[in-house]
Amino acid sequence: MNFTFRKFYYGDIPDDVSGDNNTGAEKNDKTAWPLWEVFIRSKQGLDHKHAGSLHAADARMAIENARDVYTRRQEGISIWVVESKNLHASDPAEAESLYEPAEDKIYRHPTFYELPDEVKHM
Amino acid sequence: MNIFDLEQKFQEKIDNEIKIEPRDWMPEAYRKTNIRQISQHAHSEVVGMLPEGNWISRAPSLKRKAILLAKVQDEAGHGLYLYSAAETLGMSREQMIEDLLSGKAKYSSIFNYPTLTWADMGAIGWLVDGAAILNQVMLCRTSYGPYARAMVRICKEESFHQRQGFDTLLVLSKGTTEQKEMCQDAINRWWWPSLMMFGPKDSESTNSDQSMKWKIKRKTNDELRQNFVDMIAEQVKLLGMTLPDKDLKWNESRKHYDFGEIDWQEFWNVVKGNGPCNKARLKARNDAHNEGEWVRKAAIAYAEKQASKKVA
Repeated sequence: MNFTFRKFYYGDIPDDVSGDNNTGAEKNDKTAWPLWEVFIRSKQGLDHKHAGSLHAADARMAIENARDVYTRRQEGISIWVVESKNLHASDPAEAESLYEPAEDKIYRHPTFYELPDEVKHM
Repeated sequence: MNIFDLEQKFQEKIDNEIKIEPRDWMPEAYRKTNIRQISQHAHSEVVGMLPEGNWISRAPSLKRKAILLAKVQDEAGHGLYLYSAAETLGMSREQMIEDLLSGKAKYSSIFNYPTLTWADMGAIGWLVDGAAILNQVMLCRTSYGPYARAMVRICKEESFHQRQGFDTLLVLSKGTTEQKEMCQDAINRWWWPSLMMFGPKDSESTNSDQSMKWKIKRKTNDELRQNFVDMIAEQVKLLGMTLPDKDLKWNESRKHYDFGEIDWQEFWNVVKGNGPCNKARLKARNDAHNEGEWVRKAAIAYAEKQASKKVA
């Protein structure tokens, strides 16, 4: 007989043992806001870096929400937001063909070249 | 590649401590377990605002009020980091919110207990956030990248929560007789529910655990609970207070504190929706959601109007 045991972990209460206390919330919320990706420049001179995402009705609200969600402790001085649907990503399945060709081109790195010790400032 | 190869490759990544990212192949059960766990965690942060929100307007000083506001705002933020992490797995925000509001999704049962006095704010910070931190520190190394990154951010902010809680109790413990009693009373009421936060005993069910193998989790409930007891049993001495457990005793051979049996019936009762505040918490969330509906609609209408103006 196939019998699986399960250990529970903190904060992880399985549905089948936790019962159901349905209060009948409405389905299909038509008031949902789109998803935005947030990029933050932590200080002048550094790149904007992906911080996370959030929902907002428009770009202005996305920036204001990003301020509240991602910069409560002076983590940023500049924010970029872009609607997630406008972001395009490479496919992990293509990782080999995209990134592997660089692996055997060690001559692209300065350490490939052995120069006499006498050569200075190079 | 067939499913067997994919799973093997996936497990190799996990074994080599390579994080899994949203667009990587993953077993369906891994996705589901993460969605359930991350969303329960997010709901816990969101519902966790309610017991403390109760005291914002009644904090004893402006300083304490500002601190409590900052803490509750952090919890909203933590909920949002986690919802975003769950969304990367293909779960929609609306669905998660709906599951919370309908009572289908779970959140930490600790938030179904009432906050009766100001000292409860201290006890929650010290005990409840203290218990949460042990779990969260472990989760900073969880195998799913977005979850781990959210946890790193959360852990940075969370230690302020625990420290302000201890600080609140420390002040009460040095106060009048009445304040000392209030402090001890809060500890008495929050101690056992805090231990329950770590979930059922490991012996309730045995190993072959997928979460461990997938490194979603890295320590068992009992391990974390023991860490917590060892930590708190020492800290409580500095408050000059006691923990409400007559079986609590240092065990020299184990090098750990022994402690009494948890009331598991109470635990399952609260999980199943019959705790002191389950209904009030869900009602508060539902009311907030329903009363905010016109705001969400208005924001959408405004955004659409602005967008159409730009085109014209």
